[in-house]
Amino acid sequence: MDNKPATRVGQMIDRIDGKVFLVVSFLLGLLVWQLVSMTKAGAVFAGPVDTFDAFIQEAKSGRLLEHIYASLFRVLGGFALALVIAIPVAFLMGWYRVCRMLVEPWIQFLRTIPPIAYIPLVIVAQGVGESAKITVIFVASFLVMVVSIYQGVRNVDVTLIKASRVLGAKDRDIFFHVIIPASFPFILVALRLGLSAALTTLIAAELTGAQVGLGQMIQEASLYFRMEIVILGIVMIGIIGFLLDKLLLFLERRLAGWQEVRSV
Amino acid sequence: MAGSAQRIVTLGQANQGQSEPEHAKVEIDAIRKVFQTSRGEVVALHDTSLTIANNEFICVVGPSGCGKTTLLNILAGLDAPTSGEVRIDGTSIHGPSSERGVVFQQYALFPWLTVRQNVEFGLKLKSIGKGERRSIAEKYIESVGLKDFANAFPKELSGGMKQRVAIARAYAVNPQLLLLDEPFGALDAQTRTQLQVELLNTWEQEQKTCFFITHDVEEAVLLASRVVVMSARPGRIKAIVPIDLKHPRTQETRMSKPFNDLKNDIWSLVYQEYLDAKK
Repeated sequence: MDNKPATRVGQMIDRIDGKVFLVVSFLLGLLVWQLVSMTKAGAVFAGPVDTFDAFIQEAKSGRLLEHIYASLFRVLGGFALALVIAIPVAFLMGWYRVCRMLVEPWIQFLRTIPPIAYIPLVIVAQGVGESAKITVIFVASFLVMVVSIYQGVRNVDVTLIKASRVLGAKDRDIFFHVIIPASFPFILVALRLGLSAALTTLIAAELTGAQVGLGQMIQEASLYFRMEIVILGIVMIGIIGFLLDKLLLFLERRLAGWQEVRSV
Repeated sequence: MAGSAQRIVTLGQANQGQSEPEHAKVEIDAIRKVFQTSRGEVVALHDTSLTIANNEFICVVGPSGCGKTTLLNILAGLDAPTSGEVRIDGTSIHGPSSERGVVFQQYALFPWLTVRQNVEFGLKLKSIGKGERRSIAEKYIESVGLKDFANAFPKELSGGMKQRVAIARAYAVNPQLLLLDEPFGALDAQTRTQLQVELLNTWEQEQKTCFFITHDVEEAVLLASRVVVMSARPGRIKAIVPIDLKHPRTQETRMSKPFNDLKNDIWSLVYQEYLDAKK
């Protein structure tokens, strides 16, 4: 990166702003998409124009917004619930050996099971309503988050704990004034991982039966071979995930800018 | 070594000569520390006794593995001795307290707090009001020359500046005893010299009992009222050398003959320990 290219073209490229590349990259992607849709694969792979038409159509009818709203509600609901419970569980595991010994094996075991495997169980237990979907999303993102926050708690520099003790900190002070702030960057990483798990699971949950939602939209469109709507659904999920991730990155920069090494 | 015999007071003589200093601040009484490892028991400290007078500056030198840090941790209350006890003003200690401040080699600043918030950390725990907290913090931040960095985060500071903050933080809670674990070990020679002088000045002003661990014999002689030489396996006190160089000690002190004689004497004791430890 730092090696200055000797050629004049190289120097010109170096001067171009990063944002320009973002636009170029985006346009190139669209071009590849368009080219693919013009080949034999186009029968399945609807092109950007068709997809955009579908977007306008679905957006105008209000159906798209309905789907997005339903999906976002489930993702954020399950995710928020998971976060609220994962934080205390992870801290208890990190702080108390007994808790760690009893809980950790189960978390490690359950974590390896793909959520799709237990979706049927949840549906039989809770029906096809909202609560079933939120349960599945909750379980998936909870498991991911609890492990990563727990790692953060375990990784708190022991010297910082010693330093706070000799300044007069008691267990309670150490918990609130050292452990929590020190693991904050891990909580933010956990948020990103948990959100991505929540989105993945959402689609799985919606594919198996829902009245409304992006997963359901994809599922139904594929039955009628409306591939442009299938692709529209996929793109919308990508955009939602991308925007939420960017939002969390923004929060990380604002709230954890004190870190020596930033993992961006 | 012939000339050193007069100056160096060995452990036995030290105990006879000054077994009861006038104001015994710290009494380390027959401390023994044994660690259980997978390869069996390791004796980190073997029957270690030392009496430290009020306002004394003790420097401890010795090869790695001689139990210096173990001794410091026990004094801090971060570690408990297997047997024996430590008394401060006649009261035996149990657990850490803000009466005994520690400066760590790796600074141990809270990275999410600014310089000012770091210095205020211990004061906040003591429930000292906001206004007073701020004025105390300001005083010590100023005394270590970091007034312009009060709102900076640790990551924005150099190693020397970080250690200055750590020293200010330790002083701010006004401990009776200041424990320093190789505080300048990670710094470059120039910064180290600077911080040594600053620490001496602060010590002269604040009059605190200091217990300072170092690898650097020259540093020990410059700072100490007495230098404690420890030997390894098992860790114990080998010799106690009084340093009667007058204060304030400056760059000129470093050039003087008495300074260098003491340095050479102690260095030969320590060097012998390094050789023994290697065996």
